[in-house]
Amino acid sequence: MRFEGTDNYVATDDLKVAVNAATKLRRPLLVKGEPGTGKTVLAQEIATALGAPLIEWNIKSTTKAHQGLYEYDAVARLRDSQLGDARVHDIKNYIKKGKLWEAFTAPQLPVLLIDEIDKADIEFPNDLLQELDRMEFFVYETQETIKAVERPIVIITSNNEKELPDAFLRRCFFHYIKFPDRTTMQAIIDVHFPGIQKMLVSKAMDIFYEVRDVPGLKKKPSTSELLDWLKLLLHEDMPLDVLQSRDPTKAIPPLHGALLKNEQDIMLFERLAFMARRPNS
Amino acid sequence: MFFSFMEELRSAGISASLKEHLALLAALDADVIGQSPEEFYYLARTTLVKDEALLDRFDQVFGKVFKGIFTEYGQNPVDVPADWLKAIAEKYLSPEEMANIEKMGSWDELMETLKKRLEEQEKRHQGGNKWVGTGGTSPYGNSGYHPEGVRIGGESKHKRAVKVWDKREFQNLDHTKELGTRNIKIAMRRLRRFARDGAVEELDIEGTINGTARQGWLDIKMRPERRNAIKVLLMLDVGGSMDPFIKLCEELFSAATSEFKNLEFFYFHNCPYEGVWKDNKRRFSERTQMWDVLHKFPHDYKVVMVGDASMSPYEITHPGGSVEHFNEESGAVWMHRITSTYPATVWLNPVPEKQWGYSQSTKIIKELVNDRMYPLTLEGLDDAMRELSRKHGH
Repeated sequence: MRFEGTDNYVATDDLKVAVNAATKLRRPLLVKGEPGTGKTVLAQEIATALGAPLIEWNIKSTTKAHQGLYEYDAVARLRDSQLGDARVHDIKNYIKKGKLWEAFTAPQLPVLLIDEIDKADIEFPNDLLQELDRMEFFVYETQETIKAVERPIVIITSNNEKELPDAFLRRCFFHYIKFPDRTTMQAIIDVHFPGIQKMLVSKAMDIFYEVRDVPGLKKKPSTSELLDWLKLLLHEDMPLDVLQSRDPTKAIPPLHGALLKNEQDIMLFERLAFMARRPNS
Repeated sequence: MFFSFMEELRSAGISASLKEHLALLAALDADVIGQSPEEFYYLARTTLVKDEALLDRFDQVFGKVFKGIFTEYGQNPVDVPADWLKAIAEKYLSPEEMANIEKMGSWDELMETLKKRLEEQEKRHQGGNKWVGTGGTSPYGNSGYHPEGVRIGGESKHKRAVKVWDKREFQNLDHTKELGTRNIKIAMRRLRRFARDGAVEELDIEGTINGTARQGWLDIKMRPERRNAIKVLLMLDVGGSMDPFIKLCEELFSAATSEFKNLEFFYFHNCPYEGVWKDNKRRFSERTQMWDVLHKFPHDYKVVMVGDASMSPYEITHPGGSVEHFNEESGAVWMHRITSTYPATVWLNPVPEKQWGYSQSTKIIKELVNDRMYPLTLEGLDDAMRELSRKHGH
C-alpha cells in the first residue's frame, strides 16, 4: 500500500514520502500551502489510490471539537418527553455520531479529511489532541468508550490563518505544498488536459507566471486557477496568436476573470497597461 | 541514533521533541522509505519540521550534519542596494578619495570600501552607540528643514537618524516568538469584550424558564454563544531608532496575534503617512493607502500604535518631512485623521517614560494622541488596555 500519485494527481517525491509515512504509521498528516495548490484534493486522491472511503469534515469558524465526536441533542429529547414519545427512554436515540466516530467505527479503513482546521477557534486543535493521538474517546451520556478498530488515515489541511499549538503539531507529520515549478506544472497540466497543444500551454504558462510575478497582487493565481483558465481558453477556442501577440499595451491577459479574482488586481493590470501605452514611459 | 542531528536542530531553533525523534525512528523501522538519502531527507523533514518558515533552516542543518558544510543559522548575508552605495559614495568620499580609488582600480573597489565602512558602522551601531551625523544637507532639498544630514561612522547621543541606511534591519516581526509573552497576553485580556454574536446555538436557560413560566408550555429559548468581539488594529513602527526594541515588539506582536481574533496589523516608519505596509520586504512595492485603511475598518476598531516617537519634529509637523519619501500632507494631519476615525487609539512607547520629556517629537505625538501615550511595560500596557476598553463615544 504505497501512494505514488494517481492518474489525476501529480505528487512530488517529498509529498509521496510524507503521505507514505502518515499512512504507514497512522499519524495525522498536516498539509499546508497556498490556496489552490491541491491540499483538499490530496485527501480525495489518497482515498482513491488506496481504495478507501473518504470521510470529509469541513471545519468552519463555528465548528466545535466535540461535534466531530458526537452531539447529544438534549433539546429534542426534552421536546419528545413533552410529546410522550417512547424513544425518549433510550438516550442513544439522541446521540448523533460525528465524523470522527464515523471514521473510528467504519467497516473499511477510511481516509478522514479534516479540512481547513485553522478556520475553527484557537482551542479547537487542542481539544482533539487525545482523540487523534489515541484514536479513542469517551461518551459520557452512554458511558461507553469508542475506540478505533483500525487507526484511520487522517489528513488535515490548514491555510495558515491561525497558528496551531505545538502539542498538536508534535503528533502530526507535516508537509508544505510548494507552489509547483514549471516542470511540475507542465505535468499537472498534462494530467488534466491530455493532448492540449504544447504551444498553447507554454504560452499560457509564460503569461501565468508573469501574472504571478507582478508585485502587489492581492491574490496570486494558483494552480487551480491556471487549470480553470486553460479550460476556458480551450472552450473558447482561443487562437494561439492571441496569446502570442502579447504587446505590453494589453497587459490584461485574455479571459482574465479566471486568473484575477479581485477587482483591485484587475485595476492594477489596467493601470500597468495604461502606463505601457503612454509614450516615453 | 541521530543524536547529533537532533542537537543541531534544537540549537538551530527547530524544537524537535523526543516524540518526533521516536516517530522518525518508527518510520525508518517500518520501512516507509527506501534507502536513498533524498527520501531520508524528505522523511526527516516531514517528521521534524512543522512550520514552513523553518524549512530553510532545516535544510541548512541537514546539510551541515550530513554533508559537513558549515552554515550559520538565521543569518542571511544582506546586500546593500547598489544605488544607495552610489548615492553615498558621491556624498561621503572626498574627491581625493574618489580620484584615488579610480586611479587604483574600479568602481567595484569603491563599492567595497563603502561596504566596509557601512559594516564598520553597523558594528558600532550594535555595540550600543547610536549614530547620526551632524551637518550635511538634506537629500530632499526641502530647504532648511533638515539641519541634520547623514554621515557614516559618526556618533551621536541622539537617536534621530535622519536617514535610515539600515535597510537590512527591517525585518518582519517574528510572531512565533512565544517566550515571555504570557504576561503580555494576560494584560491584553483586559481588552476582552464578550458579545453574543452569530448563530443561535446555545440554550438560554433563564430565558427558557421565564418563557415557560409565562406561556404555560415548554418554551425553548436559544441564543448565540459569547465570543470575544474586540477588534484591534495594530500599527508598528519599524526600523531606524526602533531597532533596540525589536525583541519587545516581537513579543507584543506575538501575544496580540494569538489573543485577538480580529487583529489587523500594519507597519509604518517613524510617523504614519498616506501609505502603510504589511510586509517589510516589500514595503516599497506593496503599500496600502491609509485612506483605504481608514475606510475599510469601522470606527469600533481599537487602534494600538507602537513606536518610539523619536524623529525630527518636521517629520510630524511639515509636509515633505518624511525621511523616506515626499509626503504631501504632514504626519500630524494623518495622526489627526486616525484619532478622529478611531476614538479608541493609544500609542505605546518602548522608550522609558522618564526620557519622553527630552524629545520634542515625543511631546508632539503625545499631544496628537490626546495624551494617551503609555510606556511599553506591563504596567503601561495594562493602563493602555484599560483606556481602550472604556466606552468611547463618537
